[in-house]
Amino acid sequence: MDDLFAARSQMALSLGFHIIFACIGMVMPFFMATSHYKYLKTKDPLYKELTKVWSKGVAIFFVTGAVSGTMLSFELGLLWPKFMLHAGPIFGMPFSLEGTAFFIEAIFLGFFLYGWGKFNPWFHWWTGMIVGISGLASGILVVAANGWMNSPTGFDFVNGEYLNIDPIAALFNDAWFTQALHMTLAAFVSTGFAVAGIHAYLLMKGKNLAFHRKAFSIAIFFGAVAAILQPISGDISAKDIAVRQPAKLAAMEAHFETSKRAPLIIGGIPDVEKKEVNYALEIPGALSFLAHGDFDAEVIGLDQIPEEHHPPVMVTHFAFQIMVGLGMLLVGLSFLYFISLWKKKSWQVKRWFLWLFVAATPLGFIALESGWTVTEVGRQPWIIYEIMLTKDAVTPIPGIVYSFIVFTAIYISLAGIVTFLLYRQIKALPKILDQNSSASSNP
Amino acid sequence: MLYVVIIFLCLALLLYVILGGADFGAGIVELFTPASAREQLRDTTYKTIGPIWEANHMWLIIAIVILFVGFPPIYTLLSVHLHIPLALMLIGIIGRGTAFVFRHYDAYEDEMQKVYNLIFTYSSFITPFFLGLIFGAAVGGEIDPEAASFCEGYIQPWFNLFSFSVGLFTIAICGFLAAIFLIGESNNPTVRTLVVRKAKQFIILTVLAGGFVFLASIVDEVPLLGLLLKESVTIGMLILATLAMIYLWFSLKSGNQIRIRLLSGFVVSTILLAFGYHYFPELIILKSGENLTFFNSSATGKPIETLAWALLIGSVFILPSLGYLLYSFQKNKVTETH
Repeated sequence: MDDLFAARSQMALSLGFHIIFACIGMVMPFFMATSHYKYLKTKDPLYKELTKVWSKGVAIFFVTGAVSGTMLSFELGLLWPKFMLHAGPIFGMPFSLEGTAFFIEAIFLGFFLYGWGKFNPWFHWWTGMIVGISGLASGILVVAANGWMNSPTGFDFVNGEYLNIDPIAALFNDAWFTQALHMTLAAFVSTGFAVAGIHAYLLMKGKNLAFHRKAFSIAIFFGAVAAILQPISGDISAKDIAVRQPAKLAAMEAHFETSKRAPLIIGGIPDVEKKEVNYALEIPGALSFLAHGDFDAEVIGLDQIPEEHHPPVMVTHFAFQIMVGLGMLLVGLSFLYFISLWKKKSWQVKRWFLWLFVAATPLGFIALESGWTVTEVGRQPWIIYEIMLTKDAVTPIPGIVYSFIVFTAIYISLAGIVTFLLYRQIKALPKILDQNSSASSNP
Repeated sequence: MLYVVIIFLCLALLLYVILGGADFGAGIVELFTPASAREQLRDTTYKTIGPIWEANHMWLIIAIVILFVGFPPIYTLLSVHLHIPLALMLIGIIGRGTAFVFRHYDAYEDEMQKVYNLIFTYSSFITPFFLGLIFGAAVGGEIDPEAASFCEGYIQPWFNLFSFSVGLFTIAICGFLAAIFLIGESNNPTVRTLVVRKAKQFIILTVLAGGFVFLASIVDEVPLLGLLLKESVTIGMLILATLAMIYLWFSLKSGNQIRIRLLSGFVVSTILLAFGYHYFPELIILKSGENLTFFNSSATGKPIETLAWALLIGSVFILPSLGYLLYSFQKNKVTETH
């Protein structure tokens, strides 16, 4: 493994790990706050229990997200010093604001977790909301920084020098909005379906039904609404990159030849040597329509991009197919949920219904990781699109492969421990709920 | 505006060493506590730093962001040449942060607690060590951007007596801060006696480790002692810190918590500010002598201006909420105990 590949792998692993915890850490507080709100309104003690149970999850995920995020702020320099040397002052704006948002999140998480019975109940509720809002803000800001790598603005690149830097313009780069919208919705979809899936599983086990039913309803509501909105956001993103990063779109679609009335390729195995896609389903004109809103529009293919600047087609294409496929599946499930909510209440207790949502538990996160892969691998070989190559940014220190091995081991252990903790939280649930329900019925 | 950024950077680093340091120190004190008293100590630690520990570690992130936005050559130079200790410090940060939360939020109290405690205490120990080592290496004058070999480029800058001594000194400071802080937090007499004893031990250790830093600077030919003693301001500050430390020693018994806390904070801040004053505006001392300063390695123009504004606006949000967080949990603690 050469150093560049090791550095890229370590970065991919770190981001791929962080993204899961960051998303859960920014979405769960909203579930928690919803349940807390219902408790304050209805005084139903089950909602209080649910809020507390979820807040333990938030604490575990938040700390893991926080340390992996700290790790990333160092890794940017440890792995890509030449990138940070130039990019730091330009795209630093979102990071400096994110520092504030993250700080606020940590402070208010302290208020929320330790504040039971110590504050006015509505003040306490608001501290939970602020955790969610500032978490969301930091997520959006970090994605804006990534947007800048895809769409570098806010400076003049003259003879290899970065002049007339304007950090505000860099923050509001052309990609920030589409990426932030897509990522935020994805966070809600993946967390919503994951949490709902776990509670659906516990519903199937038949204990504490009222509790898990409430949990399922809150989580799936957020997840389903976001899943249904996500294709619209995806369409905005597609139209954006068709103009801004045609190489990425071409790699996603394995679109080798520039053509009018370009077909949408579904599935298939790209043959990069022969520049064709085997076993794919093709919908004529659909790519032109999706990219430019016109069935006859021309879509730039990889042939218009110098070979050395092609992103890896296989990875980008497969990741994109997985993301869209799973996304569509979740849209279907979301509609199914709303039908059950409005017309077929009886479905909600059926095994097949619950089973579907159990099966969907990891799908949102798989889609999210695939989407992240599309945007990152699809930008290659650039670290700053059309300005700096990834290979020119890598650290000069040799032996990154050892660092990669060590951090892989750490991330695997951390993932293992978090799963283990979650499993134990769930295992202990019936006991906690029984204790508290008997306590609350005999005050 | 550059000065606003410099002040924020120094403040963030100072607060990280004091607040984050006290957090790490809690683990260090636990590490050197006999097994029989650990359980009670852990309870006290948790009550004390539970609500605020996440916030304490944010200062590091603020400092890092200021470095890479405002002083990118410094951030990159450190990242490249001190890659190894930075990576080791990160492992410590990951281990400490997660183990602290995991041990509290594990639904069952069983053998796993031992694992969390082990990770918590040892990572609390190594993180400040590497943090101090990195500070030491930055001013140790062994960093050489022109280095030809792996060893000269990536090992020698930090693998030396002086950097190690600063690492040990940082551990001592963290243990000292935590022990002092815990005195005011424990109503349990066993824990109280324990932390008072620990406070005394760490005071002695801090003084010894401080002496060791000067000794190491002489061995490694880092021009520290001679220069420090030439400046009347730094001499004054170090004398003040020493006097405060003596006063603190005799105040431990009196049990005036506010006084001993303020004194411990004063001691550490004065020591750090003395060093800061001594080196200012230099941040990294290179082998070649072409040092990196706040002025020759800062970004210029708009990036610095917007960074300064972002920090100012950010502190309007952060400082009041942080203050209220500390205030409410102190207040609640008082009402609970009385």
